[in-house]
Amino acid sequence: MTKDILVLGGGIAGIQSSLDLAEMGFKVHLVESLPSIGGKMAQLDKTFPTNDCAI
Amino acid sequence: MNTHTLTPYEAPRIGVFVCDCGSNIAGHLDCPDVAEYAKTLPHVVYVKENLYTCSEAGIGEIKKAITEQNLTRVVVASCSPRTHQPLFSSSCAEVGLNPYLFEMVNIRDQCSWVHMGTRDAATQKAKELICMGVAKSAGLEALNEIESSLIRKILVIGGGIAGLSAAQALGDMGLDVILVEKTASLGGLLQQVHQLDSGVMAKEALSQIIDDVRSQSNITCYTSATVTETGGYIGNYDVKIETQTGLVEEQVGCMVVATGAVPLIPEGILGYDGRQVISLMQLEQLLQRDKLDAKRVVFIQCAGARTPEREYCSRICCMIGVKNAMLIKDKYPLTDVRVLYRDMQMYGTHKEQMLWDARGKGIRFDVYTPDNPPEVENGKVTFFQAVTGKTQELDADLVVLSTPLVPRNDSGKLANMLRVPTDQNGFFLEAHAKLRPLDFAADGIFVCGSGRYPATSTEARTQGIGVASRVAAILFKEKLVKSAIVAQINPDACVGCMACLPMCPYEAITYNRDKRICEVNEVLCKGCGNCAATCPSHSAMLRGFKPQQLLAQIGAA
Repeated sequence: MTKDILVLGGGIAGIQSSLDLAEMGFKVHLVESLPSIGGKMAQLDKTFPTNDCAI
Repeated sequence: MNTHTLTPYEAPRIGVFVCDCGSNIAGHLDCPDVAEYAKTLPHVVYVKENLYTCSEAGIGEIKKAITEQNLTRVVVASCSPRTHQPLFSSSCAEVGLNPYLFEMVNIRDQCSWVHMGTRDAATQKAKELICMGVAKSAGLEALNEIESSLIRKILVIGGGIAGLSAAQALGDMGLDVILVEKTASLGGLLQQVHQLDSGVMAKEALSQIIDDVRSQSNITCYTSATVTETGGYIGNYDVKIETQTGLVEEQVGCMVVATGAVPLIPEGILGYDGRQVISLMQLEQLLQRDKLDAKRVVFIQCAGARTPEREYCSRICCMIGVKNAMLIKDKYPLTDVRVLYRDMQMYGTHKEQMLWDARGKGIRFDVYTPDNPPEVENGKVTFFQAVTGKTQELDADLVVLSTPLVPRNDSGKLANMLRVPTDQNGFFLEAHAKLRPLDFAADGIFVCGSGRYPATSTEARTQGIGVASRVAAILFKEKLVKSAIVAQINPDACVGCMACLPMCPYEAITYNRDKRICEVNEVLCKGCGNCAATCPSHSAMLRGFKPQQLLAQIGAA
């Protein structure tokens, strides 16, 4: 069984899954249809309620 | 790895990289002039200006220069260390330079951004900042990351759907789990629930998960048990559990808080009597036992919730109310079912549709306002119809008060024991509302389910499985590795005054009675430097920010 993992979609959900899986020691292939990862969150300025910069 | 801690006779070879940050820096100060100046600084043997130092090209330049110029120190003058220090220092490490021999100078947030329009002065300040950074970097020491062992076992506190799901997922990953449940049976609040909105009976869904958890040999379940003591740190927690058969001592690597919440018993609210005026959980039990006998049912939402004493919205009661209103209407179509509400909270993929379906089945929804709450007396519900402006009276055989979930009264005690925070309502508080929703700020401790905030069974299960992923990301590693930027106390100089003890927010310092000195636990230390700033004998120091390093930096200013 090959243990590499394919994650489809590079928004916040896909990125967090990829990070956790990589931390566990798996090789992850993250595929995003757009030129950059980040998804909807990358388009936000601040996040509620902490006012952290979204990007 | 080449550690490059200098012998007294060896001069450092410093490389300086000046970042334009596109126009963020270069637009407001003269970067080529700053780079030229950097070449004149002591021990600087290489200087490069980059359009974006953090880009692949910029990182490539750093790596190339370390190898070709045999650099023993790297200084990047760009943005805040909060954004890119990890990237730069790990890039140094990739080509064999100890990552702690990297120094960052902030000429964006602390220079170009705050001195827009004063180009000459900003250029001068950038030069001075770089001069200080270079002076500090010359005195940097190679440090080794701190490693500690990991115990691949997890303590899950709470055997409701969240805790069960976490235990099940962790068990499936092959990790050892200890599940501690305070009551005599596993299942939590869901045991009292009749039917889920998916149509599945709650007990059936629950028993599948419980059976699976019970059948896994690497999961140990303790029921009628409580965690009485915890100590230690991530990877190495010591816990004591009071069980039916006596005290059990265990060592675990991570801990999961899945203690849930309890439904408010609405004593003194809207005529609650437990018979004709009941709470939403009592209705679940009536339905579970098929004992419902009413021709006219009125649900009152937000009973005891969103009030001055309990300001939060419990979120799940609207969905439970609508679910049960529909169940009653489906089973007894002639029953008159009405719902009095303030706002309907029906989020998620199917719940909004549920509300429309409920209206379609003939369930009547009327809005009331908090300044004119309904009154319940002698089988009658009187309420002010906000839309028509008229007061209406409804006959009711059964009034169901949709009450919120409230934190357990002993959750504060658990929070103190684990040293984790709670919010203003008494629910456990996660590390970051958006980015770390399942982590506590304390490393190695996690939260899931209604202990954090009222959650639907789906949400509690999702969070439980999510926590398993967060735990596995730690425990699947060979060992724990953390930053070497931690405090150290010189045992020869420490007089044991204990001034540093109360200053440490992480309780990483302890007093050694035998040696009469204070000692730092490097795994617990987060490198805040409070102890170093407090220590009257200068025996506490923060690695990477030692007095001689900081004095060199200040002296260059």
